[in-house]
Amino acid sequence: MKKLARHRLFWPIVALLTLIVVNTIVRPSFISITVKDGQLYGVLIDILRTSAPLMLVALGMTIVIATRGIDLSVGAIMAVSGAVALTIIDASGDPESIATVFVAVIAALCVSLVLGAWNGFLVSVVGIQPIIATLVLMLAGRGVALLITDGFITTVNSAPYSFIATGYLLFLPVAFLIWVAATAVVSLIERRTALGVLTEAVGINPEASRLAGVRARGIIFGAYVTSGLLAGIAGVLYSSNIRAADANASGQFIELYAILAVVLGGTSLMGGKFTIAGTVVGVLIIQTLDKTILFLGVPPAQSPVFFAIVVIVVVIMQSPRLHRWIRGAASSRSRRDSDTTITKEVASR
Amino acid sequence: MEPAARPLLELTGATVRFGSENAIDDVDFRLFPGEVHSLMGENGAGKSTLIKAITGALPLATGVLRLDGEQMRFSSPHDAQRAGISTVYQEIDLLPNVSVAENILLGQEPRRGGAIDWRRMRARAREVLAELGLQIDPASLLGTHSLAVQQLVAIARAISTDVRVLVLDEPTSSLDLDEVAELFRVVRELKLQGVAILFVSHFLDQVYELCDRVTVLRDGRFVGEYLTKELLRIDLVQAMLGRSATALTAPTKATDAVEKGTPYLTARGVTAGSGIADADVDLFESDVLGVAGLLGSGRSELARAISGIDRRDSGVIRIAGRDGTPHSPRSAMSLGVVYSSENRRTEGIISHLSVLDNITLALQADRGAFRRIPAARRRELAASWVDALDIRPPDLDRPAGTLSGGNQQKVLLARLLALSPRVLLLDEPTRGIDVGAKVEIQNLVGEMAANGLSVVFISAELEEVLRVATRVAVLREGRVVSILSSDDLTVDSLMALVAQPDELDEPDVPDE
Amino acid sequence: MTSLQTPVRETGTLGARYGTFMNRRASLMPTFAAIAILIILLIGAQLRFGNFLTPGNLSALLLDNAYLIVLAVGMTFVILTGGIDLSVGSVMAFTGILGASLLSQGIPVYIAIPAMLLGGALIGLLIGVLVQYFNVQPFIASLAGLFLARGLAFVVSLASIKVEDPAVLWLQRTRISFGGWYITPTVIIALVTVAVAVFVLHWTRFGRTVYAIGGGEQSAHLMGLNVARTKVAVYVISGVCGGLAGLLLTAYSGAGYPRNGIGTELDAIAAVVIGGTLLTGGTGYVLGSLVGVLVYGTIKKIISFMGAEQSWTQIIIGILLLLFIVVQRVIVARSIRRRT
Repeated sequence: MKKLARHRLFWPIVALLTLIVVNTIVRPSFISITVKDGQLYGVLIDILRTSAPLMLVALGMTIVIATRGIDLSVGAIMAVSGAVALTIIDASGDPESIATVFVAVIAALCVSLVLGAWNGFLVSVVGIQPIIATLVLMLAGRGVALLITDGFITTVNSAPYSFIATGYLLFLPVAFLIWVAATAVVSLIERRTALGVLTEAVGINPEASRLAGVRARGIIFGAYVTSGLLAGIAGVLYSSNIRAADANASGQFIELYAILAVVLGGTSLMGGKFTIAGTVVGVLIIQTLDKTILFLGVPPAQSPVFFAIVVIVVVIMQSPRLHRWIRGAASSRSRRDSDTTITKEVASR
Repeated sequence: MEPAARPLLELTGATVRFGSENAIDDVDFRLFPGEVHSLMGENGAGKSTLIKAITGALPLATGVLRLDGEQMRFSSPHDAQRAGISTVYQEIDLLPNVSVAENILLGQEPRRGGAIDWRRMRARAREVLAELGLQIDPASLLGTHSLAVQQLVAIARAISTDVRVLVLDEPTSSLDLDEVAELFRVVRELKLQGVAILFVSHFLDQVYELCDRVTVLRDGRFVGEYLTKELLRIDLVQAMLGRSATALTAPTKATDAVEKGTPYLTARGVTAGSGIADADVDLFESDVLGVAGLLGSGRSELARAISGIDRRDSGVIRIAGRDGTPHSPRSAMSLGVVYSSENRRTEGIISHLSVLDNITLALQADRGAFRRIPAARRRELAASWVDALDIRPPDLDRPAGTLSGGNQQKVLLARLLALSPRVLLLDEPTRGIDVGAKVEIQNLVGEMAANGLSVVFISAELEEVLRVATRVAVLREGRVVSILSSDDLTVDSLMALVAQPDELDEPDVPDE
Repeated sequence: MTSLQTPVRETGTLGARYGTFMNRRASLMPTFAAIAILIILLIGAQLRFGNFLTPGNLSALLLDNAYLIVLAVGMTFVILTGGIDLSVGSVMAFTGILGASLLSQGIPVYIAIPAMLLGGALIGLLIGVLVQYFNVQPFIASLAGLFLARGLAFVVSLASIKVEDPAVLWLQRTRISFGGWYITPTVIIALVTVAVAVFVLHWTRFGRTVYAIGGGEQSAHLMGLNVARTKVAVYVISGVCGGLAGLLLTAYSGAGYPRNGIGTELDAIAAVVIGGTLLTGGTGYVLGSLVGVLVYGTIKKIISFMGAEQSWTQIIIGILLLLFIVVQRVIVARSIRRRT
């Protein structure tokens, strides 16, 4: 039992289960699932479905963070991706045809791949700090998305396209299946190949990895490309849901929630070892918390306050100062290079 | 100037602990005013620990520090500064983005009506600089000046606060001859003013030129305090390197005589920065080349330049007869040349990854990210190395950071050997390792050479070098001075070679 | 003496003057670049449109961007220490709606305005404490601030609130004109903020400590400067500036609106970087940030003159920002190579 408790995922899962239990006690209908026309409905199903965009973005963010980086541009890439897809469908002669939708989606994904590659290039080749490199796209990307849709909200009617976000397959929401598939693919690639270990090595100790012959540049580049692609899929999903590409509202704050999900799941912001399962749990916690806040009658616009508090609590708990307080003065002396009063360097990213 | 009767700073019985180890143990040290005192010892001898204890950056576990007879206890560098002890570090601890005047006076700026009085600040800065005979524009940004000048500004800052003890930590490492002369002039100026100066440097010539007194540390212990004018160079080096009393098994060497076949790797004219210049080295298969020299002689720089870790300024390397100059660790490995860093923790072991992952890391990196070594094979491979090198505990899934130093070194060796290299450069592989593990690794080196590898073995311990190597390269001040067969050397003669200054030619005549 | 000393050349010559100037003011170069860009933009716009450089237009430039000037001032303090503050747009919105709400409830102006500033200061304090005492990275700490402020803005009110208080409106409506030029109290407030910031940064120990932290936190600490208090203080300053900007924006638009300022922090950061402040900290000038805001405002005006979409503003600013960052990186890389 103790070994179970020490497992990395223990506390995140406990937190998630606690949330679900508390919600069920207050509102027993929380966990009820009904079947209608071969489709499952219910609050839990809803959570699984609506968590898709955040899940995809958080997946990419996990890999980027593992390389000691960060990707602030994911919201902007989402907006651009959605805008591209919708514009193509809107401009085509036949918005209802599957071929059009297919082309639109592929185009959107290609564009997001390019944007991810751009980020990767700035970080791994030019050597710009990840915060700053991705900040540029964060700034410009929304402008680009607005441009593409000519500044007004494009309302698009396309059944195949909205199927992506709202449709069902085998009882389950398509959106849910998409993120499960993406998670499975990313996990397989990271853990079945050596990519995961090499990424962790680069994040834990870039210099030692270099001496061991690890090609850090390619790994870091790939991380941003992955993040971009996943953000692109998220953008397609998101825009398919509301059928409009409101460039400013799409993916607002999503990068922040993604970072929060990664941290909640147990991956350290300092890079190195990462856990995809942890991120999944982290996203589910956030979505459940979101739903809880909604049901408490809090207007959605006010929910950021709660999340701010969660972020603050989590980072304080992870803070070394707190650990020092807990463990007492003895531990801080045993560290080799301790200079008694100097605090950590600012913004290593 | 006659030595003062009483030391200005006196440390008795000082011990500093890191966890369960003593970084310095029962060390005595004293500084006299108006004297330049040098602290000497090889890497790991405890020099920087002692300095940190004096300047308040580390606490004393035992021992007493007296300043001008008064017992002091520093709990932070600020305490020491306030007591009059200032330090100028190798990495200049000043602010390159503000003016020279600010760097000297920030913290005690002249004010007028609540605001900083820039004119008076610049004037005062000019005064302080003039005290040292310097003419530097106080309004200029510090970062626009060379490192040498920045160092002098750091010293100016120190004296602007009524310094009594000035610690100079490796101040000349990046200076050219003119700049060193200027620094020495300033130091002598401070001597006349009665400041006690602690000069830490590994350049023997400079120590003899500038310092009045020398204290030698070895393995965290106090070896002795000497007056430089009474100390022979050879005695100084002997005190620093010493003879350790380790239980020895019969030395294992791969071959007794050097088989002069064609060298597997030839390096000609290797130059890298100021660390190594114009070095020529030949490496043969089934051979162990020991590299001996003092700190700063270029041992690591040479190995790193050859194995593509650091950039070379010039030099040609031929491997197996073909031009194959490695320009990165990656390319070196593909040529069969691997390097094991002396900084095991920062450049070697990836501490949070398991032993298994650490051992297979280089091999995996070689195959690329997408051709994973099958899980079973990885385990088998790692297990076989754990067995062969006797890595303890033999738990493949333990984080490598939890292993002892000796076992970490073995994990590193396993990682490199798993690549089936032809040339293996080991930089201080036995530093900080217990005796048993030391001998194990030395024997391993012999075995590897017996299996055909070409090994370069760098170590500060001369007996170890002689025990392991068939040939020894002696390095001094960035140059390869000679390469001799180890049969022709004894520890004493090797020590003399390593210590000897440039001027003399006969290796056995002691310096005066 | 030796070659180390500052060479004693004939002081009168142009070459010597230039050399001394460069040694003293090298960090002004990026700001000069910004001024050059501004001048080029203004002249170019004038050539293109013919009626761009009118007193009316230029006065409007300051008026329309007064809030951003104040935000950029606060942001400059933070970035000089090597940090970043992503919360300022949300703080501006929060304090704006807070002030509007208080005023609409009849609370007098001399309480409402300090309340706005206090609100901003408190959020800044929270961020500063997280950064300094809990070792949280500035961008995460300020993201938490962003979340908090944005949520609180909607807690105050879900919809916009009109402001009818005469004192606040006076700030915006009064025009002091001379010739074709005019200036409003809001602009005066913004410019006074800049002036105060210039004084603090260049004539007080606190200001020099800000620069010192950017130059090297460890070194600054070893020099005895109060690093901890200063680091927290810069975030408080940024928060207060957010509050002040909230006041200016509320006066400008006549209402508090919780959706204000989304993305404005990025505009502020862009203005500061374009104005010559290095994101790595230690180098930069508040006057440069003022120039940066003017560049931003000019681009926006040019785009509206061209009749193009406003979204182009963001894209161009993004490109400019990228250019500046890459150039900064190249300069930094070169100076590191020279150092070793």
